[in-house]
Amino acid sequence: MGYTLNFNLIWRHFDKLWGGLLLSLELAVISIAIGIVIGLVLAVWYVSAGRVVRSIIAAYVEFIRNVPLILLVYLVFYGLPTVVDIAYSAPTSFVATLSLYSGAYLVEVFRSGLEAVPRGQLDAGKAIGLTPWQRLIHVRLPTMLRITLPALSNTFLSLFKDTSVASVISVPELTYGAQWINFNTFRIVEVYLVTTAMYLLTGYVLLFALRLVERRFRAAR
Amino acid sequence: MLSQILYALPFLAEGFAVTLWVSLLVVVLSLVAGVVLGVGLVYGPAPARLAVRIFSDTIRGIPILVLIFFVYYGLPAVGLHLQSFWAAVLALTLFKTAQVVEYLRGAVGSIPKGQSEAAMAIGLTFRQRLAYVIFPQAFRRFLPPWINGVTDAVKGSALVSLLGITDLMQAINQVIGRTYEAMPLYILGALVYFAVNYALSLASRRLEQRFSFIRE
Repeated sequence: MGYTLNFNLIWRHFDKLWGGLLLSLELAVISIAIGIVIGLVLAVWYVSAGRVVRSIIAAYVEFIRNVPLILLVYLVFYGLPTVVDIAYSAPTSFVATLSLYSGAYLVEVFRSGLEAVPRGQLDAGKAIGLTPWQRLIHVRLPTMLRITLPALSNTFLSLFKDTSVASVISVPELTYGAQWINFNTFRIVEVYLVTTAMYLLTGYVLLFALRLVERRFRAAR
Repeated sequence: MLSQILYALPFLAEGFAVTLWVSLLVVVLSLVAGVVLGVGLVYGPAPARLAVRIFSDTIRGIPILVLIFFVYYGLPAVGLHLQSFWAAVLALTLFKTAQVVEYLRGAVGSIPKGQSEAAMAIGLTFRQRLAYVIFPQAFRRFLPPWINGVTDAVKGSALVSLLGITDLMQAINQVIGRTYEAMPLYILGALVYFAVNYALSLASRRLEQRFSFIRE
């Protein structure tokens, strides 16, 4: 024991943490935006598709959900460029990975949301003469989004935490910043205390904001 | 490619054994700690409830990776020297314990209050109430999410590779470092993780269906 806390060095390098936090948020926001598109398209496709397409989508979902994120990150960043002729920076590669990752979780969320849209609403849409496409855009998706909003914000919060894995391919997000300070100043306990507080605070602020949005758009019961 | 995979297999098998060993330790230790803390959260006095709540919310609010680094680098700094293996197990156990606490709270909370009151009315002590009335019923709600959550322990164990522990993930990276065959090995590793975790998810779904006859 006998460890004396000294936060001076942390504040001196605080830009590493602050910049890291902003990058973490950016990675999470871009990834969930792409993930939402993937999830929506596949979920809508899934509910109207035949058996073959369904099993392909299910295979994607189950594969992503049952493999560690760190392995997917390595696979996309170190593995993929060896077999396909592509080159990308570490942040781009991570966003691609996290988008596919969140897409897999969101397919499930949206699929169950689509199934939860009351049958009567779709029939009502049909009764007033909407085409199937109009029913999807104006009736089914808006109701489904309201139903899935809480699950959506939980996914976003956990994605925000998952961005820490980007540090393994040297993306300078919050965890990477913490490690940098850890290795360069050895104020180990301090830097992780501050990092923990930053993740917690940001998480709570996001949670609070998302709950407000949820309340605004809550599905009528 | 095939010869390289054959070359890699013994290394991967060794790493896989470490992955399973870490996961098993974490699952067992966190089950014990989580049930104790969970009972504390539901039935304990206010200070104990507050302490468990803060513990659980803090752990669940930060990335596992930060928790792992905190424990691994932080403990020696304050004079506690653990082997990296045990530091990793400790960090993952803390993370998993917080999950178990929440599963337990959910499961016990789903048992109608009348059950506890009836048990009290016939004069059962607190321990008897838990052992004969609450836990047998809560068990069915606890088991499916808990088994499903074991996949989190297996997936989380891949992060211990960052502490230089040769688990499956690290074994894959080491073999790639020697053979430069990245893609086949990552896919092979992914399939191994997938096989383990998918089996667990299936088991969890089965159990959920089996217990689905219970209604409030």
